[in-house]
Amino acid sequence: MLKRLFMLLALALMAVLFYDIAGNYSERSELTGISEHYATEGADELGAANLVASVVITYRGLDTLGEVTVLFISAAGASLLLRRRRGSAEKKSRLYSESSEIVRTTLSILFPIILLFGVYIFINGHLTPGGGFQGGAVIASALLFFILARPNESLSHALLMKVESLSGFTYVMLGLLGVFLAGGFLDNRVLPLGDFGSLFSAGLIPLINVLIGLKVGSELGSLLQKFKE
Amino acid sequence: MLTIPISSIVLVTGFLLILIGLWAMFVHKNIIRMIIGFSIIDTGIHMVMVSLGYITGGTAPIFDDVVNVADASAKIVDPVPSALVLTAIVIGLGVTAIMLSYAVQIYKAKNSLSIDDCAEQKW
Repeated sequence: MLKRLFMLLALALMAVLFYDIAGNYSERSELTGISEHYATEGADELGAANLVASVVITYRGLDTLGEVTVLFISAAGASLLLRRRRGSAEKKSRLYSESSEIVRTTLSILFPIILLFGVYIFINGHLTPGGGFQGGAVIASALLFFILARPNESLSHALLMKVESLSGFTYVMLGLLGVFLAGGFLDNRVLPLGDFGSLFSAGLIPLINVLIGLKVGSELGSLLQKFKE
Repeated sequence: MLTIPISSIVLVTGFLLILIGLWAMFVHKNIIRMIIGFSIIDTGIHMVMVSLGYITGGTAPIFDDVVNVADASAKIVDPVPSALVLTAIVIGLGVTAIMLSYAVQIYKAKNSLSIDDCAEQKW
């Protein structure tokens, strides 16, 4: 019972804290500080129409690199935890029951379309809402669909790993290029900024978005594959 | 008529979600349900962060025909919390994946998902 009392006490304290914060909250009516700089100068400095993309990829590019690293480490950790024991590895290739005709036909129609949609999202990440992580998640959903519809086939682990490590490596190399050719690590002005609002603009931002998209997609795909096994 | 600003609604909903998730983590014994509680807390925190970045009457921070570069700072919401939430979502996904794989390992070892069977974890 003491445990339950502490539980309620903790919840009540949190509630009081939140009540206080929510009570004193009033909506802001103008941008302040760094975000005003981003809003007024961001378009001219980096040439990306999507301000969130320029904040994520360039201004706070180091954070995004760290984020990609965290995702990589969690995928590696999950596959470490989910690996098969060597003793009990009599190659239990369990046979799953086939999924229905409808699901398999839908897969063959929708799979390329979903992949294409993911690619569209990360290529246009600097112009429209979207970006590498969102596009990567869409690609991973296509891979999940594949796993669900054809449970007895598996995604090529070697291919996923190659795509992932290559895109991660290229991402860091492009970042380093910024040190020599532009203002610093992960600066996007290595390539010309191009016409504002066109597909080939904003320097490195679309390239990095594509790399992040591929990396996130293959990482989540191999994670899903691990969970299936 | 009294109108409640939309960001306050989002803020309060986020706080409520945090409390609900915390409650779920406290009350349930099943590890999977605790992980679901964690995900609810995560979503609540994202909603709070997004609502703090809202500017009255602002729109998405993307330049187009409506929002041109000259008067951008008066028309858009704060882009920094949005970028932070993007980061937070991905980190939350990674943490959830790790927790789920631990749950799989615990199930393999103890043949049960109840937290009570992990006696060495008792406080």
